[in-house]
Amino acid sequence: MTLAPETPAPQTPAPQTPAPGTTGPKVRLRLTDDWFAACDLGALLPGRGVAALLPDGGQVALFRDRGGELYAIDNRDPFTGAAVLSRGLTGSHRGRPFVASPLLKQRFDLTTGQCLDDETVRVATYEVKAA
Amino acid sequence: MNATPGPTPTLVLVGHGMVGQRFLEALAERGLTATHRVVVLCEEPRPAYDRVQLTSYFAGTSPEDLSMTDMAFIEEHGIELHLGDPAETIDREARRVTARSGLAVDYDVLVLATGSYPFVPPVPGKDAEGCFVYRTIEDLLAIEAYAKNATTGAVVGGGLLGLEAAGALKGLGLTSHIVEFAPRLMPVQVDEGGGAALLRTIEGMGLSVHTGVGTQEVVVGADGAVTGMKLSDGSELATDLVVFSAGVRPRDQLARDCGLAVGERGGVSVDERCRSVTDERVFAIGECALAADGRVYGLVAPGYEQAETAAATIAADEASFTGADLSTKLKLLGVDVASFGDAHGTTEDCLDVVYSDSRAGLYKKLVVGRDGTLLGGILVGDAEAYGTLRAFTGSVPPVSPESLVLPAGAGAPAQLGPAALPDDAVICSCHNVTKGTIRGAVTEHSCTTVPEVKKCTKAGTGCGSCVKVLGQLVTAELEASGVEVDKGLCGCFAQTREELYEIVLALRITSYRELLDRYGREEARGGEGCEVCKPAVGSVIASLAAVIGASGYVLEGEQAALQDTNDHFLANLQRNGSYSVVPRIPGGEIAPEKLIVIGEIARDFGLYTKITGGQRIDMFGARVEQLPVIWARLVDAGFESGHAYGKSLRTVKSCVGQTWCRYGVQDSVRMAIDLELRYRGLRSPHKLKSAVSGCARECAEAQSKDFGVIATSNGWNLYVGGNGGATPRHADLLAQDLSDAELVRLIDRFLMFYIRTADKLERTSTWLERIPGGLDHVRDVVVHDSLGICDELESLMRAHVSHYRDEWAETINDPEKLARFVSFVNAPDAPDPVVGFVPERDQMKPDLPLLSIGVRRPSEDDVLEGSTRR
Ligand code: SRM
Ligand SMILES: Cc1cc2nc3c(=O)[nH]c(=O)nc-3n(C[C@H](O)[C@H](O)[C@H](O)COP(=O)(O)OP(=O)(O)OC[C@H]3O[C@@H](n4cnc5c(N)ncnc54)[C@H](O)[C@@H]3O)c2cc1C
Ligand code: SF4
Ligand code: FES
Repeated sequence: MTLAPETPAPQTPAPQTPAPGTTGPKVRLRLTDDWFAACDLGALLPGRGVAALLPDGGQVALFRDRGGELYAIDNRDPFTGAAVLSRGLTGSHRGRPFVASPLLKQRFDLTTGQCLDDETVRVATYEVKAA
Repeated sequence: MNATPGPTPTLVLVGHGMVGQRFLEALAERGLTATHRVVVLCEEPRPAYDRVQLTSYFAGTSPEDLSMTDMAFIEEHGIELHLGDPAETIDREARRVTARSGLAVDYDVLVLATGSYPFVPPVPGKDAEGCFVYRTIEDLLAIEAYAKNATTGAVVGGGLLGLEAAGALKGLGLTSHIVEFAPRLMPVQVDEGGGAALLRTIEGMGLSVHTGVGTQEVVVGADGAVTGMKLSDGSELATDLVVFSAGVRPRDQLARDCGLAVGERGGVSVDERCRSVTDERVFAIGECALAADGRVYGLVAPGYEQAETAAATIAADEASFTGADLSTKLKLLGVDVASFGDAHGTTEDCLDVVYSDSRAGLYKKLVVGRDGTLLGGILVGDAEAYGTLRAFTGSVPPVSPESLVLPAGAGAPAQLGPAALPDDAVICSCHNVTKGTIRGAVTEHSCTTVPEVKKCTKAGTGCGSCVKVLGQLVTAELEASGVEVDKGLCGCFAQTREELYEIVLALRITSYRELLDRYGREEARGGEGCEVCKPAVGSVIASLAAVIGASGYVLEGEQAALQDTNDHFLANLQRNGSYSVVPRIPGGEIAPEKLIVIGEIARDFGLYTKITGGQRIDMFGARVEQLPVIWARLVDAGFESGHAYGKSLRTVKSCVGQTWCRYGVQDSVRMAIDLELRYRGLRSPHKLKSAVSGCARECAEAQSKDFGVIATSNGWNLYVGGNGGATPRHADLLAQDLSDAELVRLIDRFLMFYIRTADKLERTSTWLERIPGGLDHVRDVVVHDSLGICDELESLMRAHVSHYRDEWAETINDPEKLARFVSFVNAPDAPDPVVGFVPERDQMKPDLPLLSIGVRRPSEDDVLEGSTRR
């Protein structure tokens, strides 16, 4: 029997807000009503993503492009179910930033979450800022 | 059973072969399927299939792939297709055809498309068990089954089909013989010179050819099965299996029985409209017809033209069939053979222009008229020019005929492109499509790719021999109409990978960004690049790192952002988001102590272990945050990265060789280890695989590798361009009897030349087939140094070898890099909850989430019969 928990069981340690003492701006994303500090801005390498754990057990993929723009989308690859979008290669297509899933290479628009290779598929996006 | 013609006239087609199917399509195109009841009697158990490609069955094409019949088409047009039910009698008085099942159909129009049968010479024993013909899918299935218990096979007939059959037998693992009565192979298509070139090449492939001898008797053993053949020169040939391929004869028995006129040597006599000369209600098309020009055509293209003619006549359109071109181009056992026009020079006063190089198995002849008109020709060994030459037949080519047959390099070869052809030149002779029609497809029907043009014009959908010229024409036409044909790497770069390599090397560019901003397409400059060019450029920079002054460590600085996820985590991503770990085991040799370490690590981390196809051990199911800990232990025990994730050297497999094996003539294990350690970490356009065998028995399968080495008593033979995978290719022999140093030097050059000139994700096999001049060119460059670049190639490799460092050792000692190996940036040690496992066969496997996209529910039927569930 293979079943994926819709909301992963919270056996995982609670996500930490970056340790006090680290200075500099944080990458923050908007969850229903407040801004969640996911990590130091410095942890984001331009053109590469990282995954962050959300308080509800969900996962977000965070990216930064070479112009400094930030993006946040659901980390779960809807085609395979694996939480790997943060590990994909990024690029731009007709001026729009995207990430290509590292598993089967479908591309997702980083601003809208729309899959560029299958119009019926979209992943969730989050509002994100550095502050 | 009975059926009388009603108000709609009935058309009966006897024979559903290639031409029959084409005829049905022609009927439909003319709307005749709507106005007629169409009944088809098909003898074979399956609807029409591609007989021309029959032999590709042995290369893995399934009978379904060969099918030419779209059942939706049959249904849509209300065609009554009766499979496995041949016509047995025709009553022309009553206009009735009766089939074997008893089905009787009254016709208004009858079309015979019964094809041919293979001619079997009336020698004693010809019907013994183990004798076959080569015509239908059923014949092939029977040969394949019988060959399982055979070791030797003989083909009677060295014509086009005979060679194909011989190639098939060889492919089935049999020692193969060809017995041909004429003094040369393919007597119909090629002349003496061409036959000689063909003979050398075919013998070179290990087939035995016996020309100028006839088959007198098939020798049969006590059990009634074939044991050999007696030949006309008194010799005897032992063989377990005989395939008769001594020509075909028209199947005209039905016609004879009902009193239709047939030719002296067979074939239903028809007029220019493909109508029987005896009865205007009966047509004959394809190989069973004796055309108005007195010939029976044994090729599919003329048959198609006859099918069109008959359909047009029935629709009361003007059409006639007065004869056809017999041009053919084949790839027989990998040798190009083509003949076109007046190949044998029968035109009065004609002249030959011949180029022949028996060493290289090349033979090219052009037949030219007094006024310079190209009349025909024969090409053996290299038929590159076939498409253009055939289209020029009948006109005076714009350059001298000599320059058309000289090989590249000898004098100045004329690059006579299809652009020089007149519009009425026939490009696809299977479907009679002219250059004008193809151009029209691009200009008027806005086709922009070869597949679109094929669909629109049918060109290239027959034997396929015109596809190359077709591609050139489409490109030329698109360019002419201002559409830029993009050869660039991707949307970001207009250059090819090879051009980017040259730029990076010449200008010592070490940054992807710099390359993109300076050399990218206008619209891509300053952008993010894409997932195609990032890893490709990353690989170029990595291959040249030592020379251009970049870091050879792929996770350094900007390079980290260019790597595919596997290179970025120095491990292979699995379907559930976990990774596999493959330490290098050079040459497949491993001491017990190290085996134990692998076992302990796998046990401690709960990893699934498997022996790979590359003679090493893969450990699956590691979480990203476990990778550094696992590798710290591996590095500690003396292991290093196996680069299973990189487009780089994978493994050099070895056989046990001289040290232990009674047959071995060199130390293949030592050589494999040396090679693996020399080329480890070398980033290349695609992965590189190698193997070293200790003798010609080839237990290491070196001939399926990018570079394979086989020991001889005098040294080593080097093979290149082999490939397993989806399109397997046997490697070609590059050089023989090399010393250790010569071998290494040659591989250095070969690899660096490949890395320099290949396209992204192009294995050596495809590269070797693609680059102009192929193997000969590569040999010229790397063995004879024809471009004078060997010193540079060698120094590039020396730089790589001396700068090699183990990526994993470097990573585990670099805290900044290690920080990337975390599940979550804000919870580095929390395991990804999506990665789960369930037990299977004493180990574990990924527990995959149920998905709404692309789910395939496992069913009970998926379990193999007799397999256990554990
Ligand atoms: C592990 C292994 C199968 C096994 O359990 O034995 C394997 C596994 C994979 N193979 Fe393979 N191949 C493995 C031996 C082979 C072999 C046999 C050999 O090397 O002798 C072949 C045919 C030989 C050849 O390459 O010519 C082979 C032909 C391929 C191909 C087709 C290549 C081609 O040119 O057509 C691919 C696809 C590709 O690379 O684009 C592929 C791709 C893959 C990938 C990398 C697919 C992927 O991207 O996830 C698999 C991942 C391995 C992993 O996660 O660790 N694998 N693969 C073998 C690893 C060998 C090793 O020790 O490194
Ligand atoms: C291995 C091989 C390779 C070839 N390669 C080439 C090539 O490269 N180029 C090329 O141009 N040609 C090639 N040919 C020849 C080409 O296949 C034929 O020219 C073509 O198939 C002729 O088509 P057809 O419809 O006339 O005959 P077929 O395709 O033979 O079809 C005739 C059909 O009629 C059926 N039939 C016969 N009698 C009856 C009956 N009484 N009732 C009902 N059905 C009946 C037969 O069973 C058969 O299915 C090759 C042939 C073979 C065998
Ligand atoms: S290839 Fe030759 S030397 Fe190597 S194991 Fe096989 S038989 Fe022995
Ligand atoms: S010539 Fe045969 S497909 Fe075009």
